[in-house]
Amino acid sequence: MGSLGSRGIAFLALLVASLVVVLPTFVDVPSWWPWRQPVRLGLDLRGGTYLLYQVEVEQAVDNTVERRARDLESELRSGNVGAFTVDRVGREIHVRLAAKDRRADARRLVEERFPDLVVAESAGADGADLTLRLSEREVATVRDGAVAQAVEIMRNRIDQFGVAEPTLQTQGQDEIVVQLPGIQDPQRAKDLIGRTALLEFKLLAEGPQAGTVQSPGPGIQVLFGEGGGGGRTQYLVERRAIMTGDVITDASVRPGGVGEGYAVDFTLDSRGARLFGDATTQHVRRQLAIVLDGYVQSAPEIREPITGGQGQITGRFRIEEAQDLANVLRHGALPAPLKLLEERTVGPSLGKDSIRQGSISFVVGSILIIVFMLVYYRGGGLIADLALLLNVLLILGAFAAFGFTLTLPGIAGIVLTVGMAVDANVLILERVREELRAGKGARAAIDAGYDRAWTAILDSNVTTFLSGVILFQFGSGPVRGFAVTLCLGILTTLLTAVFATRVVYDWRLANRRLATVSV
Amino acid sequence: MKSTRTAQGQERLQHGAAATPRQAPTFFQLIPPNPGIDFIKLSPKMAIASTILVLLSFSSLFYRGGLNYGIDFAGGTMVEVRFPQAVAVGDVRAALEQPDIREATVQDIGGGSNDFQIRVQAGETEMGSAVADAVKRGLQAKFGEGSFDVLRVEAVGPKVGKELWRQALLAVLASTVVMGIYIWIKFNLAFGIGAAVALLHDVLITVGALLVFNMEFDLTTVAALLTVVGFSVNDTVIISDRIRESRIRMRKEPLETVMNVAINETLSRTIINSGTAILVTAALYALGGPVIHSFAFALLVGFIIGTYSSIFVATPIVLAVERRTARR
Repeated sequence: MGSLGSRGIAFLALLVASLVVVLPTFVDVPSWWPWRQPVRLGLDLRGGTYLLYQVEVEQAVDNTVERRARDLESELRSGNVGAFTVDRVGREIHVRLAAKDRRADARRLVEERFPDLVVAESAGADGADLTLRLSEREVATVRDGAVAQAVEIMRNRIDQFGVAEPTLQTQGQDEIVVQLPGIQDPQRAKDLIGRTALLEFKLLAEGPQAGTVQSPGPGIQVLFGEGGGGGRTQYLVERRAIMTGDVITDASVRPGGVGEGYAVDFTLDSRGARLFGDATTQHVRRQLAIVLDGYVQSAPEIREPITGGQGQITGRFRIEEAQDLANVLRHGALPAPLKLLEERTVGPSLGKDSIRQGSISFVVGSILIIVFMLVYYRGGGLIADLALLLNVLLILGAFAAFGFTLTLPGIAGIVLTVGMAVDANVLILERVREELRAGKGARAAIDAGYDRAWTAILDSNVTTFLSGVILFQFGSGPVRGFAVTLCLGILTTLLTAVFATRVVYDWRLANRRLATVSV
Repeated sequence: MKSTRTAQGQERLQHGAAATPRQAPTFFQLIPPNPGIDFIKLSPKMAIASTILVLLSFSSLFYRGGLNYGIDFAGGTMVEVRFPQAVAVGDVRAALEQPDIREATVQDIGGGSNDFQIRVQAGETEMGSAVADAVKRGLQAKFGEGSFDVLRVEAVGPKVGKELWRQALLAVLASTVVMGIYIWIKFNLAFGIGAAVALLHDVLITVGALLVFNMEFDLTTVAALLTVVGFSVNDTVIISDRIRESRIRMRKEPLETVMNVAINETLSRTIINSGTAILVTAALYALGGPVIHSFAFALLVGFIIGTYSSIFVATPIVLAVERRTARR
């Protein structure tokens, strides 16, 4: 504990600093004011939307296995292993070779080119089979990567959507919290953020092997899509995609022809341009389905080879739809689908109500406490009241300075702190009274009061602090806001109700030969 | 204070170390400094009262068939809307009779026929936000576009609700145990046990009160329960601290006397501290608005019970445990 002067100056500095950072929250400050950022309000006070998504990471693992199977297929084709088939069965890739003696070659090729695949020694195999699995480590990488990538892509999409101060956080293993202040109708935001946006280019099936909608042929699937007259229809398309949207480098909105709504132009990277060029050269006169998230947007006929690396998606889009589609195409597909677990929206009028009601209960609660302390402890009460005001100012100051988010339960936490902070003063003042009753002088009574009350104050505050920490661990959103206020309130209470009031007493005792003390 | 009047009636529970003041000052006070109440003697009667309250809590749980879970725990969809003019509840219900909405309950909140809370139970698969959209569409079709304000929407999947409930239970139990252990370390095992039992007692009775008054049980209510735990243990610590201190001072006295002295000496502080805390929670309850209504209610009940339990539950248990260990 420093000298009286230095302690006094420290508290004065705290008071001034708090005033500086808190003031912009309540009044318009002049331009030279050193702090501009007001206290940040939670969604429950300012209005907005909270979304909790789960990334379906297992789907990302499945997709990776599927991709490896396709890559393996093309690698084996260029390798010298004879005839073969590659199938994905769940998380396993089954390679069936026509010639037994090529198995070692195929195995070597897998080990060289695909270090993340492990060969499972299948019992009962006739010697021409290989069963492959994704290594454990790769599975973990895919899972983590899917969440990180999803956050990145969602952030890009939201940034273009134009929300002020959006926040995205991962939570737990595979959850993502999205907070959009000021968004009252979250439908468009949800459509945009949660959309997988997997774009695939697939050839429409032709000829006898295509089968029918009821029984599609091998390697053929049935997809819903836009029909000719604006309705829905079913398409038979090849399961294998010529390419996917990850080769798109740019996308933009363009007005379509009369009555056709808007279209989206896209530009491909060099790999995409080559793939697209080869496919359109090989398959002139056939129809190419442009599939977005499993829905056929359009299926134009390939009239001539497209080698310029440019293309267009038409689908009778409204302008917003076209804009959002261009947005998601630019930023790529999500590595796995998202599941919306929770949605909470608070309208602006409820937020305003909450701020008003929270403020009123704060003011009324504070006045009750301040008056009570003044009546009950007179001078000692006055000092405690001043400490209380400093206490509230410090809490708000911490909120402003450290960018904590103030929620409605947070306001309740401040009100509660006001009610509980005086406990330290009550403990001290009751002790001082006891010492005075025991016949001690003012100075000795105050010293003894502070000393003997200290252990009880510390222990009782540590326990409340502990429950605040547990609460923080458990809660999310508004509840966390409450936990933060509770813990912060305990720290500021120790600082103000114990140390700051002591400074006042020491100062008064040092300046005058104080014979009496008003408690 | 300049009064020269001698204090009377404070020597009733006189103990050795306290010197009689020559010229005792008097203070403005609600509780005399040493009221001399024999709390320990009262504790068996209070134990019966506590038992009845706890049993009442359990029986109301069965009577109500479970807590009145909010969306957080039950899962499902909740939409709150505000109409500028009074609207009949029946009209709102009629607007919601749609195939997409199953078992909607409509409640007039605030009592002015302006604000309504619509709750739809969680389905097995469909996401609640789709249900919320259906509710909004239904209301728009009936009352016209822009004829109402959406105050808030909450949609929580049923699985999330169960997981949250598990976490909440864990948090409350963990805090009780952590508090017990902290007090065990700072004091001794007997005090630790006393505090933990008192905390469980407080939580059970507070939950019972929520049941009896059919208050909604959601995440903020759990936050309130944890705060009650923190507050109650705070009170217990103050009394335990005094018992420990007085014990050293009054080595020859039996523990009952020491405890009575400690409780009496801290009674004024206990009443004032709980009083101020209860005062502000009452302000929150009366003025804080519907969003934190059940939160403030839980705090209010919990603080009252917490104050009571520090004196009548925690301390007698400490006495019982200490006696048992002394006998061995």
